[in-house]
Amino acid sequence: MHNFEFVKPSNIADAVQAMASEGAQALSGGQTLLPTMKQRLAQPETLVSLTAIPEMQGVCMGEGGLHIGAATTHATVAQEAASLYPGLAALAGGIGDPMVRNRGTVGGSVANNDPAACYPSAVLASGATVVTNTRKIAADDYFQGMFTTALEEGEIITSVIFPVPAKSAYVKFNQPASRFALTGVFVAQFDTGVRVAVTGASNNGVFRWAEAEAALSKDFSAAALAGLSVDASEMINDLHGTAAYRANLVKVLTGRAVTAAR
Amino acid sequence: MPKDTGIGASSKRREDVRFLTGVGNYTDDLSLHAQTHAVMVRSTVAHGRIVKIDTARAAAMPGVLAVFTGEDFAAVGGNPAGWLINSRDGTPMREPKRPVLAHGKVRHVGDAYAAIIAETYAQAKDAAQALSDDTQIEELPAIVDMKAALADASNRVHDEIPDNLCFDWGWIEDNRAAVDAAMQAAPHKVTLELTNNRLVPNAMEPRASIGEYFPGTGDYKLTTTSQNPHLTRLLIAAFVMGIPENKLQVVAPDVGGGFGSKIYHYGEEALVLAAAKRLGRPVRWTAERTESFLSDAHGRDHVTKIELGCTKEGDILAIRTETHANVGAYLSNFSTATPTFLHGTLMSGPYKVPHVYVNVKAVFTNTAPVDAYRGAGRPEATYSLERVIDMMARELGLDPFEVRRRNLLTPDQFPYQSPVGLMYDTGNYQATLDKAVELGDVAGFEARRAASAAKGKLRGMGLSTWIEACGIAPSNLVGILGSRVGLYDAATVRVNATGNISVMVGAHSHGQGHETVFAQVVAEKLGIPESSVEIVHGDTAKIPFGMGSYGSRSLAVCGSAMDRAMDKIIAKGKKIAAHMLEAAEGDISFADGKFSVAGTDKAKTFGEIAFSAYVPHNYPLETLEPGLEETAFYDPANFTYPAGAYICEVEVDPDTGRVEVASFTCADDFGNVMNPMIVEGQVHGGVGQGIGQALLENTTYDENGQLLTGSFMDYAMPRADDVPFYTVDASCATPCTHNPLGVKGCGEAGAIGSPPAVINAVIDALHRGGITHVKHIDMPVSPGRVWQAINA
Amino acid sequence: MTKVSMTVNGKAVSAEAEGRTLLSAYLREGLGLTGTHIGCDTSQCGACVVHVDGKAVKSCSVFAMDVAGSEVRTIEGMANADGSLSVLQQAFQDNHGLQCGFCTPGMVMASAALLADNPKPTEAEVRHHLEGNICRCTGYHNIVKAVLAASGQDVPAVAAE
Repeated sequence: MHNFEFVKPSNIADAVQAMASEGAQALSGGQTLLPTMKQRLAQPETLVSLTAIPEMQGVCMGEGGLHIGAATTHATVAQEAASLYPGLAALAGGIGDPMVRNRGTVGGSVANNDPAACYPSAVLASGATVVTNTRKIAADDYFQGMFTTALEEGEIITSVIFPVPAKSAYVKFNQPASRFALTGVFVAQFDTGVRVAVTGASNNGVFRWAEAEAALSKDFSAAALAGLSVDASEMINDLHGTAAYRANLVKVLTGRAVTAAR
Repeated sequence: MPKDTGIGASSKRREDVRFLTGVGNYTDDLSLHAQTHAVMVRSTVAHGRIVKIDTARAAAMPGVLAVFTGEDFAAVGGNPAGWLINSRDGTPMREPKRPVLAHGKVRHVGDAYAAIIAETYAQAKDAAQALSDDTQIEELPAIVDMKAALADASNRVHDEIPDNLCFDWGWIEDNRAAVDAAMQAAPHKVTLELTNNRLVPNAMEPRASIGEYFPGTGDYKLTTTSQNPHLTRLLIAAFVMGIPENKLQVVAPDVGGGFGSKIYHYGEEALVLAAAKRLGRPVRWTAERTESFLSDAHGRDHVTKIELGCTKEGDILAIRTETHANVGAYLSNFSTATPTFLHGTLMSGPYKVPHVYVNVKAVFTNTAPVDAYRGAGRPEATYSLERVIDMMARELGLDPFEVRRRNLLTPDQFPYQSPVGLMYDTGNYQATLDKAVELGDVAGFEARRAASAAKGKLRGMGLSTWIEACGIAPSNLVGILGSRVGLYDAATVRVNATGNISVMVGAHSHGQGHETVFAQVVAEKLGIPESSVEIVHGDTAKIPFGMGSYGSRSLAVCGSAMDRAMDKIIAKGKKIAAHMLEAAEGDISFADGKFSVAGTDKAKTFGEIAFSAYVPHNYPLETLEPGLEETAFYDPANFTYPAGAYICEVEVDPDTGRVEVASFTCADDFGNVMNPMIVEGQVHGGVGQGIGQALLENTTYDENGQLLTGSFMDYAMPRADDVPFYTVDASCATPCTHNPLGVKGCGEAGAIGSPPAVINAVIDALHRGGITHVKHIDMPVSPGRVWQAINA
Repeated sequence: MTKVSMTVNGKAVSAEAEGRTLLSAYLREGLGLTGTHIGCDTSQCGACVVHVDGKAVKSCSVFAMDVAGSEVRTIEGMANADGSLSVLQQAFQDNHGLQCGFCTPGMVMASAALLADNPKPTEAEVRHHLEGNICRCTGYHNIVKAVLAASGQDVPAVAAE
């Protein structure tokens, strides 16, 4: 990999300043970024580690729901959110493997917006708010397609605020090699209705399945999905699964998530 | 009561301590004074003509010490194929040169055409990128599909080979007409087309090599990840570089798995030696995993049509196969033996089949070379056979267990001359089948199926009764069949003056536990503690010329050499004892570590004899040399024939197509077992790889010859949660009749017998679940494939 | 190059590193602790697992500078103080939980982390926990068995044969 200058600020202001330099790149857990850099697909001049900033750490209930510092690891979320938002904690506890969970962070995952990452589905299904150093972005506005988000150059996610649904579950079907989501579905039942977000399946990245949301808002049971089908034309078609297969998984996993929702 | 030492004991592995404490000694762990780093520059296109390599910019980059291209090796020899195959018409196979670095053309993605040597790895890597950017390659259409390759004579992997055909082999060609006639006459015929998926061996330690040159003596040293250091030395000396054999030391230290992929000599080994000489400094190279995917020899990749003729009652009358075997862009060292003599000769399996004919067309493509991978040819034969027999049972409405019982050879039929050239010495295939049925609780299957059904899962059971030929191999026989090397092995037993023993062996241990097991064999025979025996392997400067470890041969061949060398030690010991005890040599017997005079209580311990041999004060010097060290070379009289019965149970999720292996039962006959713990471990590992092949692993090139599965992100390796605990048993032993230890070999068995058991179970699950239109699904039976088959 | 310091296996150490120096390279090349292995370049294989401040991480996916000042434990620091094998290491030997040994350091480090958090894991928990560690030799049978044995639990009958 190419060399770079490594900086590790201890507060958000210093991080923002460091990110303003030419070719700067934020580093959180690095579990996606490092392999990318090894392949020379990313070649930052400066790498700004965000893991030593206390205000970007931690899980707590607050205004608008569960606040999770952007540099909080998946392992910490899995543990500390377990009683506060079990569906989200279970998702965090199923990302990658234990070593990945000890480094990878919610902010890193949401900023990267890998189409097969787990977190974007929770953010979208929860109707979460992505908080950055400059603004608050609603989940529905934040995700803009594979690896594309509303983040501006140099903007840093500092936390994510998750409204906590009455019931929720995330069901993932692993891509057998990488163990990323071949398809993953997060179902969240709020008093105001049900939100269903799907990761791994679509060419457009994480998306909400509107028909399922409507059906489940009326009847929160797997049976409510019976007549629905998913349009395969927008689905990813690759060596791990055809578009038709992924479309099938979206429906099957949604049903399973509804059944599993607590 | 199980033994706690010697043959048959589950002695704990002595090598484990260094691996468990992080002080193993793998090639990349070595750090040498003044070492330099090599990075290979690899083709990013599958097929192309090298127009120009401009080395100037790369050569001038910081830290760069040398740049090598194919030009630098144009005058030296190529890496040869180890086995000459003749086509059906008698013409020899086409054998293109395999250069150290590609020259003129690049022939697969990852084909190395240049190398950078620099002070640091990072500098070499930077310069390699620059050189790649400064290289002009005229891209040619990629040849990926085997049948298309044969059909288009205008597009050639090697310009001198018009139809991309390496050979068209018939086994046994003279029997072809009789087999055709038997097939024609058979009351029922089953036809199955299947693919044996292409695999990447993926030993966890990537390949690595370090070259050193000593100008004072003109000696070279190669430290490398090899399963057979002498074979590597021979290839480099005699074919590739012309270094005198006695000027080249090859060391294979701790090696992190091989599975076949580290048998072969690779260009990087020659490169680091040439570079070390040019620079006068050590040159090291270690593959990144991505390079391993691109440049290690792959395995399998057969496309086969198998036909089976039988009676309506399920008696097999004839088997005929036609296989296209992908050899990739170049012939790796054993690539031509794998689809032929390690495959065609097994096509009658453990069954009495009167008529068998095998046709194999080996095809060049713009893909990485394909060679032996755990099992090598025998898994391909077993898979074809066990799938088609299962299909026969299904078509005839017969029980798959009964169909096999009907056709298995019986113990009274040994020795058995198979119709495809092998002489099975011994076996009891009914016994292993009975044992598997018992351990796998076949009787309880229906209850388990019902329990699965209650969870919405389809449960199925699959059987495979398999045989292999291993303990490779009788040199005179393989010589007739085209091998260019002998396949004996060698051992030197050195009894030291203080009575402990060093045994230098030609076999190489890269996970098999030879340091422990070989010591058990020696301790048993010489009546001394295992701790007094040290096994030395992996260094051509220390060991006799052996052929290394592959083909489940280490104990059967090298172990036999060790046994023979010990016979010589004991014979000499008797002479010394006779002198010391003032008795006739014929009256001396050796048992429990003591030389005794028959009928008396006069005896000398092994240690006393050893001491006398090295301090020969009271010694028959006029008739006997001092010292106690003997070497034996052992060339086996026949292959060995391990066999067994495997039962797999799976659960299929019909909504997602996901297959889970619920249980896996193995009943094997490996002959005598030296260390049950290690034998079980070998079976576990083989079955794990077989389940991987059946469910997960696949190597995919796109139509442009780009490798789509070039990392663990896309090539699915079995993980701990993909497999169950296995039930394994090796109690139904029929000892090999022709080697002194009575051993057959256990290293490959698991990988040979398991894939068809898994696939048979999946098809069974679907049929029992009412999904009867699915006749076959190609491996790997990924969830997507199963779902598609269900919904076709 | 900058001097990067940390505590490794209880000893204060320092070695030169660039920004891009991975923790794995820092350990292997900087400190000569070659027990930590590199088996892939995509953070999948787990041969490089070490503990940083008590947590298992893949040292090939962490920059040395990012963990400067941390407490690092590697396979070289897992034996008992007298040099004898720890309970977990001994269980790997007793149960033949390794063959070629290359993945073993990562397996031991990952398993040690599991047992620290979950002293009596089920078979399924062990298998799930080890999903980030690839072994090509053992078919995992004896690794799982070793971890269960190290936890002081009875090994299921099927695995005990």
